Amino acid sequence: MKVGLFIPCYVDQFYPNAAIATLQLLEKFGVEVTYPLTQTCCGQPMANSGYEHLTKGCNELFIKNFEPFDYIVAPSGSCVLHVREHLHDPANEEAATVLRHKVYELTSFLTDILQVKELNARFPHKVGMHQSCHGQRGLKLSQMSELVAEPFSKPGSLLKMVKDLDLIELGRTDECCGFGGTFCVTEEAVSAKMGKDRVADHLHHGAEYITGVDMSCLMHMEGILKRAGSKVKVIHIAEILNAE
Amino acid sequence: MHESTKDHAALAALFNKDEERVNWHDETLWWIRQKRDKNVHQLPEWEALREAASQIKFNVLSNLHDYLLEFEKNATANGVQVHWAADAKEHNEIVHRLLQEHKVDRMVKSKSMLTEECGLNEYLAEQGIEVIDSDLGERIVQLAKEPPSHIVLPCIHKKKEEIGDLFHQYLGTPANVADPQLLTEAARQHLRDVFLTRRAALTGVNFAVAETGEFVVCTNEGNADMGAHLADVHIASMGIEKLIPERKHLGIFLRLLTRSATGQPITTYSSHFKKPRKETPIHIILVDNGRSVQLGRKEFRNSLKCIRCGACMNTCPVYRRSGGHSYHTAVAGPIGSILAPNLDMKKYKDLPFASTLCGSCSNVCPVKIDIHDQLYKWRQELVKEGYTPAAKTISMKLMAQTLSSPTLYNAAGKSGRFVLKHAPFLVNNKLNPWYKEREMPEAPKESFREWYKKRN
Repeated sequence: MKVGLFIPCYVDQFYPNAAIATLQLLEKFGVEVTYPLTQTCCGQPMANSGYEHLTKGCNELFIKNFEPFDYIVAPSGSCVLHVREHLHDPANEEAATVLRHKVYELTSFLTDILQVKELNARFPHKVGMHQSCHGQRGLKLSQMSELVAEPFSKPGSLLKMVKDLDLIELGRTDECCGFGGTFCVTEEAVSAKMGKDRVADHLHHGAEYITGVDMSCLMHMEGILKRAGSKVKVIHIAEILNAE
Repeated sequence: MHESTKDHAALAALFNKDEERVNWHDETLWWIRQKRDKNVHQLPEWEALREAASQIKFNVLSNLHDYLLEFEKNATANGVQVHWAADAKEHNEIVHRLLQEHKVDRMVKSKSMLTEECGLNEYLAEQGIEVIDSDLGERIVQLAKEPPSHIVLPCIHKKKEEIGDLFHQYLGTPANVADPQLLTEAARQHLRDVFLTRRAALTGVNFAVAETGEFVVCTNEGNADMGAHLADVHIASMGIEKLIPERKHLGIFLRLLTRSATGQPITTYSSHFKKPRKETPIHIILVDNGRSVQLGRKEFRNSLKCIRCGACMNTCPVYRRSGGHSYHTAVAGPIGSILAPNLDMKKYKDLPFASTLCGSCSNVCPVKIDIHDQLYKWRQELVKEGYTPAAKTISMKLMAQTLSSPTLYNAAGKSGRFVLKHAPFLVNNKLNPWYKEREMPEAPKESFREWYKKRN
C-alpha cells in the first residue's frame, strides 16, 4: 500500500515531531510512505477567510502531488476535512473527486483502513483528549455530544491500546478550543477566553498532557499553558501512539 | 433595534473585560444546553424527529406560495383578517393603522422576535403609542432600555441583582432585593394591571397551520393568552416561513421546540387561535421582510426552516462568551449570523466571521439547518461582494500565490519563515493579538521537510 504523507504547513515548520511520529507509525504497520517535497498547503487559511476562489493553485498542486498514491494521510482533521469538502479542479474534476475520497486523517486511517487492533506503545501519563471540532464533527471521528446516538471514538479507541495511559474525563467533552484559524486574531478576546476555559477543564481533571488529532488546536492551548507558566504539555496523538 | 458602529469582535472584547461575568454567562447558558441534552436523550427517536421536521420544512419552503394562499383562504374562512406586509415598514404601518381604527394608544405585546426585527416598539413610540412587553424577560430589558440578548431568554445577560435594581426604580420594590420569587410577584402584579387595561394585544406566531388556518403561540408564562383574551383586538405578526402544512405536524414541532430551547418537554402554554370571538377581531400580518430574497438564495434558503428555539445560541462557545448584544442584530448567535447578512450585507458583514466553524450549532438544530456551512458560504459571498478590507484581500492574494508555487514556498519557507511571516498569529510583538494572552510556538532546529530530506 502506497501512502502519500500530507503534512500541514505549520506542522512541517513548527511541530516536526508530530510529522515524524506519523511517518514512523505508518511504517510500523508496513505502509510504504512518501512525503512529496513539492507540497505546500491545502488552502484552508484562504478558504475559511472567504477566499476559496483563490485556492485554485493549491488545489492543482495538491492533485499533482498526491494523485499517484493509494491513500493520502495527514496528522490533521482540519486540513483533511478541507480537502474532503473543497478540493475541486474544473479541469480535472475526476481526479479531484477520487482524491477527496482517499484522503484520511491519521487515526481514522489506522482504525478504518489498517484496522489496527493493537499497538506496541506505552505512555505512562494522565492524558486529556481534546476533540478537535473539524475532526470530530466534520469527519465524525468521535460521537458528538449534541446527538442522540451511540458513543464511539476512533482516536479514543487507539489511546486505549496504549499501555499505562490514563485517559481523564473532562467536564465538557467536545467544546471548541477557540483557535478557528484567523478567528484567533480577528476575535482575539473570545478566542483566548475559549482557549483558557478549555485548558482549565483539562487542568482541573489532572491532565499531564493534552492530546488531539489537530496540532492547530494544541498549538493554541500550548500558547495558553505557557503563558500561565504551566508544566502541562501538549502532544500530538501520533507521538503517543508511536511512543515506546 | 440595537444600533452600534462597533463590530462583533469589538463588542465581544468589551464584554470580555469582565471575566467573572463572562464565566457566569457561559455557565448559565451551558446549564441550559445540559438541560437540553438530558431531555433529548430520553427520546430514542430524537434524531428521527429532527429529520422529519427538516423534511416538512423543506416541503414548506418548496411550496411556500401555495401554503400561504391555503392558509389565507382558511384563516379568512375562520373569520380572521389577513394582511400582507412586504417589509418591516409595511408591517409597522399596518399595526399602526389597526390601532388607530380601534382608537387605541396603549398596547400589550407578548414575545415576538419579528417585531424586534421590524423595530415596531420604536416606530409606535414615535407615533405616540405605548407598547408594554408582557414576557417577563422582555419586560426587564424594556425597563433597562436594552434590546433582548437572546431570542428565547431575552434578559439572560442580566443578573438578578440588576433586575432587583430595575424593579426598585420602576416598579417600587424595596431596594437591594434580588429574591427571584419576590421580583416575579412584583412583575406579576404590574403586568396584571397592564393586561386588564390594554385594549389591544399583539402576539407572535410560532406555527401557522395551512390546512386549518389556525396559528399556535407558545409561551411559558401564559402572557400571550392573558393579552389576547382580555383585549378588544388581537394582532398576530408572523414571518411567512412560520407555516406548517397540517395540524398533525405540530406533534413533531411542539416536541422539538422546547426540548431544544430550554430542555422542557413542552411549553407551559401552546395556545391555538383559530376563530375570533364575537366583536373581538383577530388580525394576522404575514411578513416577508427579506424572506423571499433569502428563499431565492439557493445556498442559504434553508435558514428559513428556523423555528427560533435558540439552541444554537446556548451551545455556541462564541455566543456564550460574547453575549447576545455583540451580534448587534435582533436575532443573535449562529442563526442570526446567517439571517442578518441577507437583510443588510454591509451592516452585518462581521457576523459570519464571528465563529470558529465548530459545527455544534448544526448538531443541536431541531430542523437540521447546516448553520456552520452557511457561515462558511456567507464568508465567500461577502468577499465576492467586496465587503472585506482591501489589505486583507492583498495579503490573501500573496499567500495564495506563494502556496501555489513550491519554489516560492520553499524559498520563503526555510526555517519556518513563511509561516512566521504569513500566519497572522505568529508575530512576536505586543501589537499581535495572539501574543496578548498566548505564547508563540517555538521554531524547532529543523523542519520536517529538512529532516525528511536528510533521512532519504
